[in-house]
Amino acid sequence: MVLASGDREANATKWTALIIAILTFIVSLPLWFAFDSSTSSMQFVERVPWIPSFDVEYYMGIDGISMPLIILTTFITPLVVIAGWEVIKYRPSQYMAAFLIMEGVMVGVFSALDAMLFYVFWEAMLIPMFLIIGIWGGANRVYATIKFFLYTFLGSVFMLVALIYMYFQSGSFDILGYHTLKLDLTEQILIFIAFLLAFAVKVPMWPVHTWLPDAHVEAPTGGSVVLAAIMLKIGGYGFLRFSLPITPDASHTLDWLIIGMSLIAVVYIGFVALIQQDMKKLIAYSSIAHMGFVTLGFFIVFIISQNNAGSGAALGVQGGMVQMVSHGFISAALFLCVGVLYDRLHSREIKDYGGVVNTMPVFGAFMVFFAMANAGLPGTSGFVGEFMVILASFRADFWYAFLAATTLIIGAAYTLWMVKRVVFGDVTNEGVAALEDMNQREYIVLGTLAAAVLLLGLWPAPLVEVMDASVNNLLQHIAVSKL
Amino acid sequence: MENIYLTIVLAPLVGAVIAGFFGGSIGRSWSHWVTSTGVGISTLLSLYVLKGFMFDNAEVFNGSVYTWMVSDGINMEVGFLVDQLTAVMISVVTFVSFCIHIYTIGYMADDEHNWPKTSLAGRNSYQRFFSYISLFTFSMLMLVMSNNFLQLFFGWEAVGLVSYLLIGFWSVRPTAIFANLKAFIVNRVGDFGFILGIAAIAMYTNSLDYAEVFAKAPGLADTQIQIWGDSSWSLMSVIGILLFIGAMGKSAQVPLHVWLPDSMEGPTPISALIHAATMVTAGVFMVARMSPLYEFSETALSFVLVIGATTAFFTGLIGIVQNDIKRVVAYSTLSQLGYMMVALGASAYAAGIFHLMTHAFFKALLFLAAGSVIIGMHHDQDIRNMGGVRKYMPITYWTSLLGSLALIGFPFFSGFFSKDAIIEAVHHSTIAGSTYAYWLVLAGVFVTALYSFRMFFLVFHGEGPRDEHAKEHIHESPKVVTVPLILLAIPSVFIGYLTIDPILFGDWFKDVLYVLPEHDTLAAVQAIVHSGNGMLAHTYASPAFYLAMAGLGLAFYIYMLNPALAEKIKSTLSPLHTLLDKKYWFDEAYQAVFAAGSRGLGKFLWLAGDRGLIDGLAVNGSAYSVGWLASVVRHLQSGYLYHYAIAMILGLLLLLTWFVFL
Repeated sequence: MVLASGDREANATKWTALIIAILTFIVSLPLWFAFDSSTSSMQFVERVPWIPSFDVEYYMGIDGISMPLIILTTFITPLVVIAGWEVIKYRPSQYMAAFLIMEGVMVGVFSALDAMLFYVFWEAMLIPMFLIIGIWGGANRVYATIKFFLYTFLGSVFMLVALIYMYFQSGSFDILGYHTLKLDLTEQILIFIAFLLAFAVKVPMWPVHTWLPDAHVEAPTGGSVVLAAIMLKIGGYGFLRFSLPITPDASHTLDWLIIGMSLIAVVYIGFVALIQQDMKKLIAYSSIAHMGFVTLGFFIVFIISQNNAGSGAALGVQGGMVQMVSHGFISAALFLCVGVLYDRLHSREIKDYGGVVNTMPVFGAFMVFFAMANAGLPGTSGFVGEFMVILASFRADFWYAFLAATTLIIGAAYTLWMVKRVVFGDVTNEGVAALEDMNQREYIVLGTLAAAVLLLGLWPAPLVEVMDASVNNLLQHIAVSKL
Repeated sequence: MENIYLTIVLAPLVGAVIAGFFGGSIGRSWSHWVTSTGVGISTLLSLYVLKGFMFDNAEVFNGSVYTWMVSDGINMEVGFLVDQLTAVMISVVTFVSFCIHIYTIGYMADDEHNWPKTSLAGRNSYQRFFSYISLFTFSMLMLVMSNNFLQLFFGWEAVGLVSYLLIGFWSVRPTAIFANLKAFIVNRVGDFGFILGIAAIAMYTNSLDYAEVFAKAPGLADTQIQIWGDSSWSLMSVIGILLFIGAMGKSAQVPLHVWLPDSMEGPTPISALIHAATMVTAGVFMVARMSPLYEFSETALSFVLVIGATTAFFTGLIGIVQNDIKRVVAYSTLSQLGYMMVALGASAYAAGIFHLMTHAFFKALLFLAAGSVIIGMHHDQDIRNMGGVRKYMPITYWTSLLGSLALIGFPFFSGFFSKDAIIEAVHHSTIAGSTYAYWLVLAGVFVTALYSFRMFFLVFHGEGPRDEHAKEHIHESPKVVTVPLILLAIPSVFIGYLTIDPILFGDWFKDVLYVLPEHDTLAAVQAIVHSGNGMLAHTYASPAFYLAMAGLGLAFYIYMLNPALAEKIKSTLSPLHTLLDKKYWFDEAYQAVFAAGSRGLGKFLWLAGDRGLIDGLAVNGSAYSVGWLASVVRHLQSGYLYHYAIAMILGLLLLLTWFVFL
């Protein structure tokens, strides 16, 4: 609808896009409220044949792991539409349409239970994002899009091979069937590595992360928000839906690799973030460091299970999940904050700002709030996941927790140093002196996110509850060797 | 009762929210009314709770408010533990906070002059300030009333946040926003240890609830863990030291003390409230609260003792050479925090809390008096420019005198009882490091008296103020400033004498602070002096008393009788003076090693790792090699028919050879 109406009635198309996005969010809410958190089996299942000759089905269903991520997707999309309202002057209808398509595809990724369907959604996701960066992006957008596309595509091709291999082994594309498929260790390791290539690029994990800062810098604000808030989560989700349950023994054998990469992400990337001059790059690096907690939380479970006879492992997985949702809010908010500044002065360089709070006090308050959330201040959502993962990783090894906890220092340093140079101080140039504070549209978007960050920080119990059964089921499943 | 506790906590929060979000529309006076009323309600209710414990045998309350989260069998809750220790803490916090709310009405009255005219942030700064100090009160109350480690950490970080916001309150000043960043990050270094300590507790007790953890502590006393290779550590020592690293950050103990003097960039009321009376004592409170854990590790206690003693003496020395009135008081705070830590290390937890309480009153008083002088001097803070202020500001003068006497431990004043108790307790302690600590805290008494009265004489006595303009305009501060001074002067004088018997020698903390019999240094002190009156009677036998008098006398001689001597001493001992003036070069060293080091490391990892290896070699390198390969292979596709024909013939020949001969 949005595409068809074209740019002549730009206003009408924007409203259509907004109404559809909000309706989607409202329609997705029953997933939360009607969700039965006592069971780990798939709910709201739809299953019809799609391409019978290849046994491909349209098979959808959600559990406690995918549901929060779907709600996150439908929650973020309307905000992105609002954020792009006046900013996007060039082909606004296509812009809005790209995000709506994106939303649909991402929900598809989170709910697909048929491997082929999943793969179709997974690859389809690249197209709108490719266009969003390529058409509405910055000066160096061509390099960034190609890098983004090749990086992610390279990873996913191996995943396709693994999925097809398992089809030949099991005779169907049922993902849940793969969970119980018998595989020997060599098969598992090869499949695990194939998945790892796909998911590690998406998360992104060190050392396959370098596409992300480039993509973020060139992407328009809305693109960065969707990229950071949702697309990165698909990598984390993949580990939980595919790697851990399908190849538990390989995951166990290679857990040192993932843990090492995660800890490098937390520490190494933290230092790299410290010296960035470009605000978007800084937040992009901060995203990588925060996503390190997600993968760390997921893969310490094996060591904890050995050390502690099984108790304490759920804390890590749930912490990783909470971190994903929380990072969805916070990174979205920080990219939107940079967007607010960029729309006014057309610069992302830290040195072009300074003393912004003197002309934009309300914006300054939001920026400090989200910066604190990014630094993991208790009471905000940023704390919850990090706290859980640090607690869990202490059970695995003192030094894991030690390295993970350095984020308390490094995270605060890079975030607040940026805030100091951008928000505080005296007005440094005429551009800043002429800034106008946030308008109502920006206020609504950042206010909504602030409320979400605060709510999740003060009362994470509901979120942990809905995923509890699914996570415990997953842990029981992977505790049993497939060999 | 639960509703009372909730009200105590929430009343300041409500005030903070109203003043913070609607300060612009409700205006200045409504903002200070609503916040002061909120804290006022908390103060009255806290005193009511305290009265309950004092006279009515009130029951200890330990209950949860709501469940934050349940994960993996660990119940994480928000809840309150209200016992005798909590009652003392909330009374001190709310009372001092209330005095400071009132004082702020006067101190911040013309805050718009501190901002550039065009700054929109300066427009509601008055309201915002009230919102912040009420928010601080809320956070501090959450910290001290918590019944679990999660909420403790929440309060711990929340007070850090407000401290950050308030140190950088005048955000247009470069020094202020440098100081607040430094404060936050140094505190985070402490929190880094703290969160690991909490993680260790969660791992070995599977709980974050105080009562459950404390109940399991004796059973874990002999647990050993391996951290590095095969060397084994006592679990309790590891937990104790990790938690104490948190306390070192928050309570500014060497070597994490560097943020506190810089925090003086904030407005004076918060220097009094946050950076002297309450927040910085959170570490002391925490260690005392965790006495059931610390008692099982002499290593951790020794660590506390040695760090505390080092802080007490060496930061006190710096106070002697400072010339900024607020910085002198700040170094004095550092030194006194060291005394409290020494008490904890000697297992005299009650003495630590006792000194925390008396110090909260007299140090808040000294800071507010310093603020009053600063108002009088039109925001000149250099004590060398002052002098003779006594004539112009009599109330400030007299209250300062009372505060200073309390600080140096003059007999009968509150500081006398609390500081002497600490010194005597350390004297009886037998754990490692106690001799070192004893001599340092004893020498510290002399230092305390010297820097306190150096400042006192320079500010209030002699000729001055130096500046003629200042001399014409200086006058006593308004009532909103002087009334809080008087309100704080009363407990500064009397609270020690009135409460020493129940707190130190009675059973006030009997069930709250856990002390093993072999560590009970306070009992040894009690065996000698018996009571507060006994301590007064023993004054003549206490070396601390003579040292304090000597310090006072020396200050009097140098700064009243023979002013030229100060310069002479300074030039004779110039290396020592430089050492102290440069604060042992901590700041410079940290700046060079940690700040510059992290930036350098970041730059290296970025340029060599991300840009060089990964992007340069792996990513773009493979892109270039594909490009190179293509450019080579491209020559095969020449487009000439005879090239293709010859290739076909050669290929055919090769295939034939293959089939025929193999």
